[in-house]
Amino acid sequence: MAQLTFREAIARGIAQEMRRDESIVFLGEDVGAAGGVFKGTVGLLEEFGGVRVRDTPISEQAILGAAMGAAMTGLRPIAEIMFSDFFAVCWDIVANEIAKSRYMTNGQVSFPLVIRSGNGGGLRFGAQHSQSVENWAMMIPGLKVVVPSNALDVIGLMAAAIRDPDPVIFLEAKALYASKMDVPDGEIIDTLGSAKVLRQGSNATVVALGAMVPRALRAAEELANGGIECTVIDVRSLVPLDTTTILREASATGRVFTVEENPRLCGWGGELASIIAEEIFYDLDGPIVRITTPHIPLPAADALEDLAIPSVERIVSTIHKSMNS
Amino acid sequence: MTSTQATPELSYLEHKVAMYRSQVVLRRFEQRAYDLFLENYVKGTSHLSIGQEAIAAGVAAAMRPTDWTFATYRGHAHTLARGVPMTPIFAELMGRTNGLMAGKGGSMHLTSVEHGMMGSYAIIGAHLPIACGAAWSAQYRGTDQVAVAFFGDGSVNIGAFHEALNFAAVWKLPVIFFCENNLWMEYTRTSDVTAVANPAADRAAAYGLESIIIDGNDADAVFEVTSLAVARARAGEGPSMIEAKTYRHGGHSRADPGKYRPDEELAEWLLKDPIPMYRSRLVEMGVSEDDLLLLEADVDAEIETATNEAKAGDVPGEELLLKDVWADGGASWRN
Ligand SMILES: Cc1ncc(C[n+]2csc(CCOP(=O)(O)OP(=O)(O)O)c2C)c(N)n1
Ligand SMILES: [Mg+2]
Repeated sequence: MAQLTFREAIARGIAQEMRRDESIVFLGEDVGAAGGVFKGTVGLLEEFGGVRVRDTPISEQAILGAAMGAAMTGLRPIAEIMFSDFFAVCWDIVANEIAKSRYMTNGQVSFPLVIRSGNGGGLRFGAQHSQSVENWAMMIPGLKVVVPSNALDVIGLMAAAIRDPDPVIFLEAKALYASKMDVPDGEIIDTLGSAKVLRQGSNATVVALGAMVPRALRAAEELANGGIECTVIDVRSLVPLDTTTILREASATGRVFTVEENPRLCGWGGELASIIAEEIFYDLDGPIVRITTPHIPLPAADALEDLAIPSVERIVSTIHKSMNS
Repeated sequence: MTSTQATPELSYLEHKVAMYRSQVVLRRFEQRAYDLFLENYVKGTSHLSIGQEAIAAGVAAAMRPTDWTFATYRGHAHTLARGVPMTPIFAELMGRTNGLMAGKGGSMHLTSVEHGMMGSYAIIGAHLPIACGAAWSAQYRGTDQVAVAFFGDGSVNIGAFHEALNFAAVWKLPVIFFCENNLWMEYTRTSDVTAVANPAADRAAAYGLESIIIDGNDADAVFEVTSLAVARARAGEGPSMIEAKTYRHGGHSRADPGKYRPDEELAEWLLKDPIPMYRSRLVEMGVSEDDLLLLEADVDAEIETATNEAKAGDVPGEELLLKDVWADGGASWRN
C-alpha cells in the first residue's frame, strides 16, 4: 500500500502495461523528457527509453494519425492530447478515421489504442483550456469513453483501456491531478463499462462523473446530516455504459440527480435521463434533475469558474429543494 | 487476379507487359464502373482514375505485397493495382454482400488489408498522418515495410499534409508521399488557389526533402522513381515526396462532364494518354499486335465476368447493420 496522487497513478498505470507488452508505445507533446505538462508521465522515458516514449511536434493530427496507423499495423499506442479542448484541431482523425474505419471496412482493421487527455476546469485556465468534452466523444459511434475519478481507478481503468481492442478516449480531470489516495501494490486491472456504487442511501440516487464524483460524495454527506440519504454512483465509463447498475439504483430510490461538469446541452446526463425515463418511468417518484455547468464557455476568473462548475453547495441545494418540493 | 506486383521471377519484357496489362485493367474497370453508374447499379458517388492509370500501376509494381497503400476516395485504381480482384470491388460499388467490405464502405473507402490496401480515405489529407503511423510501426518492429500515401494536388493546402510531412521527416519514417497532380481540385484549378507552381514538390524543401517531379503518364518513369524512393525508405533513409503530373480525362466524380476545363487542355492531355503511349512502347520493343489484342480481349472478358459476378451478389440486410462497430463484432454501447 502506498499513497499515490492521481497524476502519479497515470504513470504507474502506463508503466504497469508497458512492462508487460512491448507493442505498447507512447507519444505526445512534452511527454518524455519533461514528463508531461501535468507531470503525469514522469519516469516513463527513463524506464522505457526514447524508442517507446516519444516526444512529438505540436501536430495533433499527426499524433493521432500516427497512433491510428500504428494501431492498425500491430502496435498498441497510447497518445496524449495535452488539453482535451485541443481535440478540436484533430477531431477528424478521432471522429471520422479512428471511430469509423472498423465499421466501414467490415471489420478488417482494429484500433487498440488509448488517447489520454487532461479534461475540464478547476485550474482557472480559461475557456480554451478548461472544457469538459466527454460528451464530444460519447456521441461518436466507435469510441469508448472512460473518465476515472480517483488514483486507484486511474491505474485499473488505464490497464483495461490499454488491453481493450477498441479505441478508448481516456479523460483525466485536471482538477483531480493532485488528489491522493492509498493504492495497493502490485498489478491492478479494472473493467470498462462498470459503474461503481460509492455510497448507498434510500432517498435519492446521485450519478456523477470524473471531478464531480468527490463533490457528489461530499454533498451526500451534507444531505445526510439534513436527513436526505443518497446513493452515489461513479459512472466511470460513458461508453460502454453500465445502465444495469444505474437503472437498478435509480429504481431503488425513485429519484435521480446527475452531476455533470460539461456545459448543459447534450451532456451525458441528458442521455441517461432519457434511458431512465424510457425504461423505469413508473419507478420514479419525481423528475430527473440535471446539475450541470451552464451552457457557456468556461470563464477564467476563479470566482466565475467556481460559480459555473457544479459545487458541493449547488448539488446540496438543488437536491434539497427538489426533494422538498 | 490482376496482380502486377513486380516479382523477381518476371523477365524485363514480362514486367513491361504486366505493367501494360495493369493499366488496361484499371482503364477498363473504370469505364465499366462509369457505365454501371449511368445504369444506376452504382449509387452514391465514385471518382474515376481514367487518365491517371500509369501512377497506380507504376507505384504498385515498385511495392512488395507486405507494403502498405493509403489512397484517397479516388482509389479504385490503387486497390486493383495492389492485386485485389475486380468482382468484390464492383460489388462494393453496387452495395452488395459480396463487396470488398460487404457494402459498408462504398466506392470512397475501398480497403483490403490482406493485399496491403490499408484504406481509401475521403477526408482530404487525413490519411497522410495515418500512413506515417503505419511507417512508424514498421520502423519500431524492425520490418522493412514501406507505406505509400497518395493524394491530389488540391490536398497540399490542408494542415494534415504539413503535419505529416514534418512528422515523417523528423522521425525518418519509411513513407512515400505521392502527389497525383491532375491540375484540378473538384471544379477549381489548383494553381488559382495555391501559392507555389508545383503544389507538392515546391513544398518539399520546407521539410528537408528533395523536390521530385515526374511524368505521371509514363508508368516506367513512375516505377523507376518510386523504386528508388522505396529503396531509400527500406534502407532507413526516411521519407520521400514525389509529384507526378497527370490529368483526369473525365470529371471529378459521378457524371460530372468536367466542362469547366478548357477544350484545348483536355485535347492536349488526351494526346498524352498513358495507355496508347505505353502500348506503342511495347510494339517498339517487339511485342506483337496479336499478343496485345489477345491481352486486351482477355481483360475485357475478365471485366464481363466480374460485372456479372458482382451483380449476382445479395443485397445486404439487417444482419450487417449492427456488425463490427467494435472488435467483438457488435455495436452495443450499454449492458
Ligand atoms: C477536408 C475536406 N474538404 C473538402 C472535401 C471535398 N473534396 C473532395 S475531393 C476534393 C478535391 C480534391 O482535389 P485533389 O486533392 O486535387 O484530388 P483529386 O480529386 O483531383 O484527385 C474536395 C474539395 C473533402 N473531401 N475533404
Ligand atoms: Mg487534383
